[in-house]
Order: sequence, then structure tokens, then C-alpha cells
Amino acid sequence: MEIKQISVFIENRKGRLKKALDTLSKAEINIRALSLAERAKYGILRLIVSDNEKAKSVLEENKFIVKENDVIVVEVPDKPNGLNSILEVLTDADINVEYLYAFVGKKTDEAIVVMRLENIEDGIKVLKSQNANLLTKEYIENL
Amino acid sequence: MVWNKEAECMEREEKEKLQLKLLKETLKKAYENVPFYKKRFDEVGIKVEDIQSLKDIEKLPFTTKTDLREAYPFGMFAVPEEEIIEIHTSSGTTGKPTVSGYTKKDLEIWSEVSARAITMALGTKNDKIQNCYGYGLFTGGLGIHYGTHKVGATIVPISAGNTKRQIEVMKDFQSTILTCTPSYALYLAEVLEKEGLSPEEISLKSGIFGAEMWTEEMRDELEKRLGIVALNIYGLTEIIGPGVAQECPAKTGLHISDDHFYPEIIDIKTHQALGEGEKGELVLTTLTRDGMPIIRFRTKDITALRKDKCECGRTLVRMDRITGRSDDMLKIRGVIVFPSQIERALLKIEGLSPNYQIIVSRPKYLDELEVRVEASTELFSDEMKKMEEIENKIANTINKEIGLRVNVTLAEPETLPRSEGKAVRVLDLRKFD
Repeated sequence: MEIKQISVFIENRKGRLKKALDTLSKAEINIRALSLAERAKYGILRLIVSDNEKAKSVLEENKFIVKENDVIVVEVPDKPNGLNSILEVLTDADINVEYLYAFVGKKTDEAIVVMRLENIEDGIKVLKSQNANLLTKEYIENL
Repeated sequence: MVWNKEAECMEREEKEKLQLKLLKETLKKAYENVPFYKKRFDEVGIKVEDIQSLKDIEKLPFTTKTDLREAYPFGMFAVPEEEIIEIHTSSGTTGKPTVSGYTKKDLEIWSEVSARAITMALGTKNDKIQNCYGYGLFTGGLGIHYGTHKVGATIVPISAGNTKRQIEVMKDFQSTILTCTPSYALYLAEVLEKEGLSPEEISLKSGIFGAEMWTEEMRDELEKRLGIVALNIYGLTEIIGPGVAQECPAKTGLHISDDHFYPEIIDIKTHQALGEGEKGELVLTTLTRDGMPIIRFRTKDITALRKDKCECGRTLVRMDRITGRSDDMLKIRGVIVFPSQIERALLKIEGLSPNYQIIVSRPKYLDELEVRVEASTELFSDEMKKMEEIENKIANTINKEIGLRVNVTLAEPETLPRSEGKAVRVLDLRKFD
């Protein structure tokens, strides 16, 4: 149920974000979801892509610092309080969300949320027990 | 007002005669009592008798900060320890500091030159001097203290820090002269404004500012905002402390008490003596100190000398405001920092490449130090929280080494200047020229 996300260190300089995205597009890597966390001097680009291994290697070849880690991807009802119902499950189980970002898939009317949890195993367990729709790698690849 | 007209307004010819006589005495004292100098002079084959004119001083070897450090703690003393009645050290934050030992006579000399400085800065026995230089091993506090006593003014020995109290004391005691670093004075001005106090409501008339480089623009700002005459003081522990040189209200350079300290300017590359008005490194020789005579000390401070008589009537040699250093030493908020110290701290952190850049700036009044380091897989996380932890860890390690808070910024790999030259590693954005 864990999905691999890659993060890239992007210095806050002209053209750096574009360079990272160009690198991926040249390698014909599709970006499924993306978020950019920003500080004054740099940002952290987080990506769910079609081919992690390839993405990582082309970015590293271009001197980017890349890290891979586990996140969960959850389908959330695209209606008021949709996200809240999921967060409630996690809060009740005392599981911290480090960050999250959302996107809308093509095939579904639901919103899709990428979550980085403090304790991913427990998170998956409680979400499953509450019948939340955790997306698989295969599913995401076909989005 | 001139504190000591005879000494400060002496004709140059007479002064030079006196300097030569004192120089010979100093060299004899140093050679006979300090093994370091005996060895140095013998090595280059120079005898005290070879020095027959002031120009001959150029034949003598230099003394560097490293020499003094190697003599730690009391290797440079020229008198038995029981004759030393006070000890100070330079503000080295790591490694061994340099030690300065004073006999009773040395303290009298220090009081004398400090009294001259205070008088140049409009101080009389009717003044109250709020001395915000630090008291302790640092020479700043006590140097001004002794001079104030000598002048007969009232010393307010408040020492550094505690801005709220400084302002309260300034108001309630009606201090007339302020002594501190220029950047702290600007900070005080800002706090005074915040508290709604105008220059008319405080009694300051002048300021004796030093221990860091500053500019004419800062002077204008200080004079306007505090309603004072802002004057530059210069001194260094190795030579005696504050009072080696001081500006008078003519503001045409700092008068060096050259009957006690003999100044030279040398080319920073060739080490050859430079003429009047030429910019180079200041070299100082003590002419009267007994406890610790110092011959041709390389101050690393960049300035030029002027010998013409000042409009104030003094004939003391003047030095220009210091505009730089001939080494890579940085003075940040009055604290000495060498880039190598930061490098040493960075090497302790796993995953950190030794490529770094130091950026010094003065966004408002206080110096800020930013250290840029290259991120690496070990020093990167997808979580902002962890990134902050990484930056804090680096900042703390540097803090332990240099005693100052720094801002750490992570940069992409291979983007910082490589170690081809030291200059590119330090970007000093403060303007001193």
C-alpha cells in the first residue's frame, strides 16, 4: 500500500525548478502528482512519477539531490468534509500527518490525496479498517 | 582641549629624537629580557647597536599574532612576573588567546593615552562616561575606565549588554559620553527612538566608538540620531588596548600617541615600508612599555599615515580610518572569526562537503553571518521539519566553534565557489571604504 515518492532539493534560483522538470520530461517520465514546499532559500519538490528508478537516476546525473520515501495515496470523496473524514480517522488513532497534497485523477470523480505520515504502517492499518480507499501502485500508474 | 600639550603638540624633529631614544631602550629591554626577541635578532644577525636611526627599524624582524600565541601565556614578558600587576587577553574564541601583561608603569601609560583619547572626544572632568565596552579580560572596558579616572570624569562602568538598563542609566544619570561599538550605538539609537526619546531629551554630546570597522555614513547616522559628535578610537590588546589612537572633532584621522607607539605602514605583499599617505598594513612598536615590549607588530589592519599638523594643534601622526584587513580575519559584532574556524566546525558534520561560503552583511545595524553549505543526500529530507533540524545542527556546531549565531543556508551541490582562493569563500557585504 505504500507508494514511493521522490523528493528533490531545489534551490531558490531562477530556472532550477524548470531544469528539474525538463530533466524528467526529456527522460519521458510522467508526473502523476507534485507539490512544492518552499522556504526563502530553497524548496522541496515532491513527486509521484511513472518510473521512480529512472527519475532518480536522471535527476542525480544532473546533480540534483534526490530522496525516495514512502507515502500513502488515498481516494477522498470530492465533496465538503471529504478530506476531513480521512483526517479524523488518523487523528483518532493519534497518527500525525507530516504533509499532504491533493490532485484530481482523470478516471475518477474522487479527489486523490498524497499523505506523508509519521507512522505509515499504523496509518494504513486504521485507514483500511475504516474502508478508506488506498490506491495501489498499479492503479496510480494507470491514472 | 589637549590632555598633554607637551607630548601631543611636540615638534616633529623633537618627537623623532625622543622616539629614537625610546626605541633603542625598548630594543635593549626586549633583547636582554625576552628570549623570543634575543633568538629572533640573533637569527637575522642584527644587534641593538645597529639601530641608529628611526629608518633602521625596517631592519628588524616582525612580530606576528602567531608569535604571541606561541609564547602563551607569559613568554613575552620582559619583567619578573611579580612586577606584572594586570593581565588582559585578546578576544580569541578558540585556541589560545594572546596575553598582554602590564606593570604599574604600563598601566600608567595606558591611563595616559586613554585620557588623551577621552579629551580628544570632548571629555573633561565634568563629564559622565557611560562605558558599554565589556569589562574583563577584554581591554575595552578597563582601558576607557582608567582613562576616565585619569581625566577625573565620572565613569559609569555599565559594561556591555542589557539595552533597557543602558537607556535607563543614560536618561537618569545624564551620561554625556557614550563608549561602545558603533553598531551597538546605532542599536541604542533605534531603541531610544522606539521609546520616543529625542536626542534633546538625553544628555550625550559625544561618542567614542571602536572595536569594529565602520563608515562615514554610520558616523552621519549616529551624529544625527543621537545628537552627538561620533569619534573613532583604535587600539589592540597586543600593544596596550584602546587609546593607541583616537580621532579629534576635526575628523581628519586618528591621532596615534606616537611617543608611546611607533607606527609604520608596510606593503602587504612585499612587506617593504611605505611612505606617508600610502595605504598598507599598520605595524606598531611599543616605545615605553616595560612589561611586554612589542617590536614591529603586524596589526593586519589596513590604513595610511599622515604627518601634517592637525587643525586641533596636535602633531601626533594620524592614521586613516581602517578600511580592511590584510588577512581573512572577520570581525563580526566585535568577535574575531576566521573562516578556518567555520571550516573546522563543518568538517565535524557527516555528509557535509567542505565547500562553503560565508556571507557577512549588516542589514540594519548589527552584523549577520550566513554560512552557505552544499546539501547532500545525508543532508536532505522530504520533510521541512527535518530540514530545519539539519540547519540547526549545522548552526549549533558552528556556534560552538565561534561563539556566534549564524544562519545556515543549504545550497545545491557543486554550486558554491571551489577552494581556489580564500577570497571567494568570504563575501563581506559590509562597506567600510
